Amino acid sequence: MAEPGIVAILIEDERQIRRFVRTALETEGWTVHEAETLRQGLSDAATRKPDLIILDLGLPDGDGIDFLRDLRSWSKVPVIVLSARVGEQDKIAALDAGADDYLTKPFGVGELLARVRAGSRRRMQDGASRGTTFEFGDVRIDLNLRSVHKKGSPVHLTPIEYRLLTLLVANAGKVMTHRQILREVWGPSHAEDGHYVRVYMGHLRQKLEDDPAQPKHILTETAVGYRLVQSAV
Amino acid sequence: MPTSSEQRPDPDVLLAKVKQQEAQAQRGRLRIYFGSSAGVGKTYAMLAAARKLKGEGRDVVVGVVETHGRAETAALIDDLELLAPRVMPYRGKELTEFDLDAAIRRRPALILVDELAHSNVQGARHPKRWQDVEELLSAGIDVFTTLNVQHLDSLNDVVGGITNVRVWETIPDTVFDQADEVVLVDIPADELLARLKAGKVYVPVQADRAASNFFRKGNLMALRELALRRTADRVEGDVQAYRVDKSIGSVWKTAAALLTCVGPDPGAERVVRGAARLASQLNADWHAIYVETPGLQRLPAARRERILATLNLAQELGARTAVLANPDVAQSVIQYARSHNLSKIVIGRDPARRLWPWQRSSGQRLAQLAPDIDLVEIGRAEGAARNGVAGVVRLPAVTAAESNERRKAKRLRYLWATIAVAAVTLASFPLVAHFDNANIVAIFLLTVVLIAVRFGRGPAALAAVLGVGSFDFFFVPPRFSFAVSDVQYLLTFAVMLAVGLITGQLTAGLRFQARVASHREERAGALYEIARDLSGAVQIEQVVKISDESIGRTFRASAALLLPDPSGKLILNVTGEGSPPAADMGIAQWAFDKGEPAGFGTDTLPGSEVLYIPLRAPIHARGVLAVKAQNRRLLRIPEQRQLLDTFAALIAIALERVHYVGVAQDALVRMESERLRNSLLAALSHDLRTPLTVLVGLADSMSLTKPPLSAQQHEVVGAIQDEARRMSTLVGNLLDMARIESGDVKLNLEWQSLEEVVGSALTGARAMLKQHRIIVRLARDLPLVRFDAMLIERVLVNLLENASKYTPPGSTVILSAEVIADRLSVSVADDGPGLPVGREEAVFQKFTRGERESATPGVGLGLAICRAIVEAHEGRITASNRPGGGAIFTFTLPLGTPPAALEAEVANG
Repeated sequence: MAEPGIVAILIEDERQIRRFVRTALETEGWTVHEAETLRQGLSDAATRKPDLIILDLGLPDGDGIDFLRDLRSWSKVPVIVLSARVGEQDKIAALDAGADDYLTKPFGVGELLARVRAGSRRRMQDGASRGTTFEFGDVRIDLNLRSVHKKGSPVHLTPIEYRLLTLLVANAGKVMTHRQILREVWGPSHAEDGHYVRVYMGHLRQKLEDDPAQPKHILTETAVGYRLVQSAV
Repeated sequence: MPTSSEQRPDPDVLLAKVKQQEAQAQRGRLRIYFGSSAGVGKTYAMLAAARKLKGEGRDVVVGVVETHGRAETAALIDDLELLAPRVMPYRGKELTEFDLDAAIRRRPALILVDELAHSNVQGARHPKRWQDVEELLSAGIDVFTTLNVQHLDSLNDVVGGITNVRVWETIPDTVFDQADEVVLVDIPADELLARLKAGKVYVPVQADRAASNFFRKGNLMALRELALRRTADRVEGDVQAYRVDKSIGSVWKTAAALLTCVGPDPGAERVVRGAARLASQLNADWHAIYVETPGLQRLPAARRERILATLNLAQELGARTAVLANPDVAQSVIQYARSHNLSKIVIGRDPARRLWPWQRSSGQRLAQLAPDIDLVEIGRAEGAARNGVAGVVRLPAVTAAESNERRKAKRLRYLWATIAVAAVTLASFPLVAHFDNANIVAIFLLTVVLIAVRFGRGPAALAAVLGVGSFDFFFVPPRFSFAVSDVQYLLTFAVMLAVGLITGQLTAGLRFQARVASHREERAGALYEIARDLSGAVQIEQVVKISDESIGRTFRASAALLLPDPSGKLILNVTGEGSPPAADMGIAQWAFDKGEPAGFGTDTLPGSEVLYIPLRAPIHARGVLAVKAQNRRLLRIPEQRQLLDTFAALIAIALERVHYVGVAQDALVRMESERLRNSLLAALSHDLRTPLTVLVGLADSMSLTKPPLSAQQHEVVGAIQDEARRMSTLVGNLLDMARIESGDVKLNLEWQSLEEVVGSALTGARAMLKQHRIIVRLARDLPLVRFDAMLIERVLVNLLENASKYTPPGSTVILSAEVIADRLSVSVADDGPGLPVGREEAVFQKFTRGERESATPGVGLGLAICRAIVEAHEGRITASNRPGGGAIFTFTLPLGTPPAALEAEVANG
């Protein structure tokens, strides 16, 4: 799957969780470095040039949110957060601090690996000059021509809908919080108007999803934000 | 232009104007139909105007109208709504009276209340009708009323002088001046007399003779002139107010203010009225003061009462009042005038009689002391001086016991003085042989001084006279005779008498000063003490106790604090010590609601023995202080009332402080317990989820190991995964329930799309519903609804989970949503076995499941959580069986109005 020599850092204080996450990642070809504390994780992140960081928020020597803020000041490496905190405010805080994805405990190994793949794929696209076309399901987007097709026939999108779609495409696989979307699409003055996003996401789903009530690509993270997944869940 | 700035109105004046207008906007408007005497047609004019307004659709009610049997007036009332009078028992008779409470309950736009100067029957809320009208106005009801000129307080004595008929029912001029409109009802004197002859004027039977004197042509013309002039004054005032209002410059109110002095004479009242008239003519503020000298302090209680009553009258007429203590009246008056910047002094003319030719009138004294201050002398009323008519100020009777006691104490003092002189004479007798007579004189003088110090001026004077007599009789040769052999002794007698009298006078003055100073110190001390005590109080009970004790000590009165319960109703707080005054809760509640003092010595129910002072603190009224003084005169003295008011203010502030200390403590405790609960739940959540994560993860990784597991092993791993996940759901439900039960679920309400939440709920429940067929039927164009997405998703997941648990594999689950009336209705239906009949409601109880002995796992918390969440959204959740079989769960949410800006944008998009 992944090319050899890709490195993940796993920051988690529970030994048993480290054990099965490590096993799962290694079957996918990752080289995994374990860290029990934030301090150790930070020095690993600085020295081992990781391609992915998996971070538990509740660690004995501090809060993972602080780690994220620190890390984001000098690195863009994808971060997946694992946490027993289930409140939406906790998730939003972690995502706004710079996490790419968020998994609440308990989680399945399959779920974790899917998120890891999406994250590493986006990283690779970031690295290589990004292609001018993007596909998910039977939808094809040409970023040069600014055209969208579903099952080969053109779909008309309003300017705001198109901006919203390209934002999701650029961050495919990653959870975008309402605040982030509003800031990017509507500008900073609308940061509290969450219902704008919901209405336009509804429009996008109507136009692009087979069943808008059971979407397969434009997914809702309830009370947190949205995520575009390329391969159907 | 330099002049333009001078023309600009003073901002303070305009601000005051605006404030007054704001106050008036909420108040009702008062219109007075004003006439020179009875019979000019005021009531008729008022009724005619009211009928016209009624015709225009105004809500008009007749509160009280005296038709006095006149048919044409009665005819006007016919189709107007009449308020039933209140029947009050009075001395065995039943009297009818205007029903104020009914009027306020009825709340018409306009009410007619005849005879503004009427005095109410004892037992009514206010002693005077004009006070009833005040209350109507402040309740926002417009009032029409009628008034005769002789009922105006400031003109009362003038009218009495003209007609020789004194009326007792008066209203303060301020009421007249502050009326929004005054309509003068006027007819010539001849016509009025003609009407009188025709029997169209009501004349009370008992006052027939007086009335016939009253209705003389000369009187009527004079009265008419008075009424016209008074109305003209008012109109001029209106014009001036209008000019200020409209910023027309050139005429500005001068800052000049008047000072008037109140003395013990019956004429003082006349002076006060004169000053009030003058002040209103000059459009100036005025002050009334009473200077208490040692001489005045010795007056009998009844006369002192009258002085205070006259001061009260001045206050009613709009004056600021003060009581000063100083043996030199003129000095003290000038001092007061200077410190308050008063440029005119109004005094009554002194009586003509003078004791000594060199004695000067008080006017001359004042003129000499302050040549720059204008002096106005008000002439004496002939009758008042001669027969001592007390004017309209009526005095409460002083108890006989009290004056008896005083007289006894006085007599005792004179007795002691006599005894002292006798003793000194006796003691000096043996000394004659050894000492010169000059030394004996010195002993007598010493005695006089000591008596002056001990017993005051009167006894000292007596001692001086007795001393001279006894010295003459016993010591001056020829002894034992009043005859004097040596003429020199006459000088000795004169000097001795003069020295005795002068020292007596001086010492008495000193004693008075000392007493005043000690009174002042007492007041300051009492204030300091209660302030200190209250500042240390941290509980309501302490405040109550301190207040009771301090007031009891300072005013020799019993006091009770009445504090409101949460609904604003007052309750009595008894400390247990002493006997609290028998407080009338009705009056107390009135004082509390209106924020005005009531009861003894006030305008409201003055017949009560108890004084009720509302405790007004900066933020809220905190209760009522009920005070019953043993010596009620004490509460009439302005200084004492002010002191009591200051006490009330201090108590109110203390109560408010204690209240907020309590509020702050409660908030702190609540915050602390919330923080504790949250951290406990978070820790519990972490500790329970971590082992579950390990369990799920390890089971998952087993299925990923190579070589692959056998089919049987695979099944075991699957079972471990399922159970671990179920455990996780259970933990989630338990923690949610704990949070909801604690009562502090904060809804994160936002305008949400139901479709979106349904989508994520289905994703969350997919694993459970693997073996079920799911149909989603959402009405098109569902509006956005305000709810907490996380919690409503939880409701949907729980309902879906419930459906999966209680239906066999292969069943169909239908999730549908539509708008019904003003609600969004969402339901989850299945075609399973349905609910046991009669238990449709019970399934929402905690730890209840459809079937008692079911093997289906779960603790039955899910539906209880659903109900708690839906009800927190002001929605309803119900369960029932479908007609075709299977169960259906439905919940509704209120729709509300989605934000408008969004609608517009979506329409454009």
